[in-house]
Amino acid sequence: MISINCPTCGKRPLSEFHYGEILSVPDTITDDEAIDLDRAFMYNNTEGVKYEAWFHAYGCRRWVRLHRDTRTDEVIDIDSV
Amino acid sequence: MNEFVEAKVDFKWQEPKKTYDVIIIGGGGHGLAAAYFLATRHGITDVAVLERKYIGGGNSGRNTTVIRANYGIPESVRFYKRSVDLYFQLEEETDRWIMHKQKGLVWLAHSEAHVRQEKARAELNTALGAETSYVTPSEIKEICPQIDITGSGQWPVLGGSYHPAGSTARHDRVNWALAEGAMKRGAHIHQRTEVQDLIIENNQIKGVVTNHGKMYANKVLCAVGGHVTSIGDMAGLRLPIRTHPLQAYVTNHYAQSFGPIISSTSLYFYISQTARGEILLGAEIDKQPSYSYRSGYHFLQTCSFRAMTMFPFLRDLRINRQWGGVCDMSADYSPIMSKTEIDGFYITSGWGTWGFKAIPASGESMAALIATDETPDLIAPFSLDRFKRDRTMADRGSAGTH
Ligand SMILES: Cc1cc2nc3c(=O)[nH]c(=O)nc-3n(C[C@H](O)[C@H](O)[C@H](O)COP(=O)(O)OP(=O)(O)OC[C@H]3O[C@@H](n4cnc5c(N)ncnc54)[C@H](O)[C@@H]3O)c2cc1C
Ligand SMILES: [Zn+2]
Repeated sequence: MISINCPTCGKRPLSEFHYGEILSVPDTITDDEAIDLDRAFMYNNTEGVKYEAWFHAYGCRRWVRLHRDTRTDEVIDIDSV
Repeated sequence: MNEFVEAKVDFKWQEPKKTYDVIIIGGGGHGLAAAYFLATRHGITDVAVLERKYIGGGNSGRNTTVIRANYGIPESVRFYKRSVDLYFQLEEETDRWIMHKQKGLVWLAHSEAHVRQEKARAELNTALGAETSYVTPSEIKEICPQIDITGSGQWPVLGGSYHPAGSTARHDRVNWALAEGAMKRGAHIHQRTEVQDLIIENNQIKGVVTNHGKMYANKVLCAVGGHVTSIGDMAGLRLPIRTHPLQAYVTNHYAQSFGPIISSTSLYFYISQTARGEILLGAEIDKQPSYSYRSGYHFLQTCSFRAMTMFPFLRDLRINRQWGGVCDMSADYSPIMSKTEIDGFYITSGWGTWGFKAIPASGESMAALIATDETPDLIAPFSLDRFKRDRTMADRGSAGTH
């Protein structure tokens, strides 16, 4: 279970937050059409450590940035954006 | 030992070889079925299934085993209908008791919009041979006497669709029957063998690198469930897949009395009773992508709350066990069964929360694709390049939970 320690509100249940993906197309994709295709449908789906955004919808209503290991759900780092 | 543990499955374990005709990555239902159908339908038995843990240890041994054909788009109904039919004959074909049981499945509609949706589902599916009929609240009450048709006064049932072919089967037994069938015809299965890299030369697959060294084959199938992106990365393939956990739980054992499978379109939970007598409950995926197999209290609480709204008798039951799997959710909520840009490298993926029912038809189709290098008509709409061609198979409404 992911535990989010909001910089504004402190430790709050996950159900108060909305998940948000930080989208990024890899640099290796340069063709315009391929970039569009990637933006529309493809995911990095990182199996390991990644950055992501969560919106504290039922709290301070601010975005926080999480650095999470998707294999264990361990939160490595958190900051406000 | 009891009737749920098969003591006599005849696994013929072999020493690994250096070279095979076909290597299959992943010993879940889909990988094992591909090996089974390669052997039984095409006489191709120089095959190795490489499984990093134990066969059926992934989603194929963690699911809630709902088998049905009533999907939302014609291409899917046709495909799943084939799979439902193959399941009906799988016991006779493999000579193994997979505990296949026809139960009938109801989707509950709690709003006018969902009533229209379920009427449309019934029409479409019946037209395509997957019999489904629209049912009224009193007919639903007859099919399932335990339901509170008023939804505790909060979620009244306005109607629903009934799919008599809806079934379940014991998941482990399906995996074992297919594994045994493939192995006794000569296929190898190597457990604790993890694929760590792919060998690709001049855009042609040549083999795989494992924790036990290299193995060579000119045809390789990727069937690794939620872990597909890691294999995709090795091949340089971008995939329209996100991996989300899905959880389920069972209560203690009770007398057999709950006949059908019931799902709610608005409350996103579904319920059935297992052969052991447990009440089995599931719902939607966790909202954040994750590869963690841990299950949590939040899911138990929300799913139970919703289920009790429709089935007040659940209040008195005890929860025995919960677990989770990690699901390969595709961008359009339909599967991917396909060749890839790399010659000889095939993929079966995007099975998300709905792929147990598809195991026989996917195995049959992928075996045909691998054996002939020609895509069978049944799975042509599900090729990976559909996203590039802007021909997505959007069917979120049917595939959301099971
Ligand atoms: C809780 C839950 C409920 C579900 N309910 C239903 C349902 O009611 N009806 C339905 O139709 N579907 C259901 N599903 C979905 C269904 O379980 C899956 O879609 C299906 O089992 C996928 O089978 P698979 O063979 O593709 O994947 P898996 O069974 O996950 O097998 C993949 C295998 O690949 C192995 N592997 C991974 N990486 C590597 C590697 N690098 N090298 C070697 N091996 C590797 C894994 O260890 C695993 O054993 C449910 C899923 C879950 C989690
Ligand atoms: Zn906050």
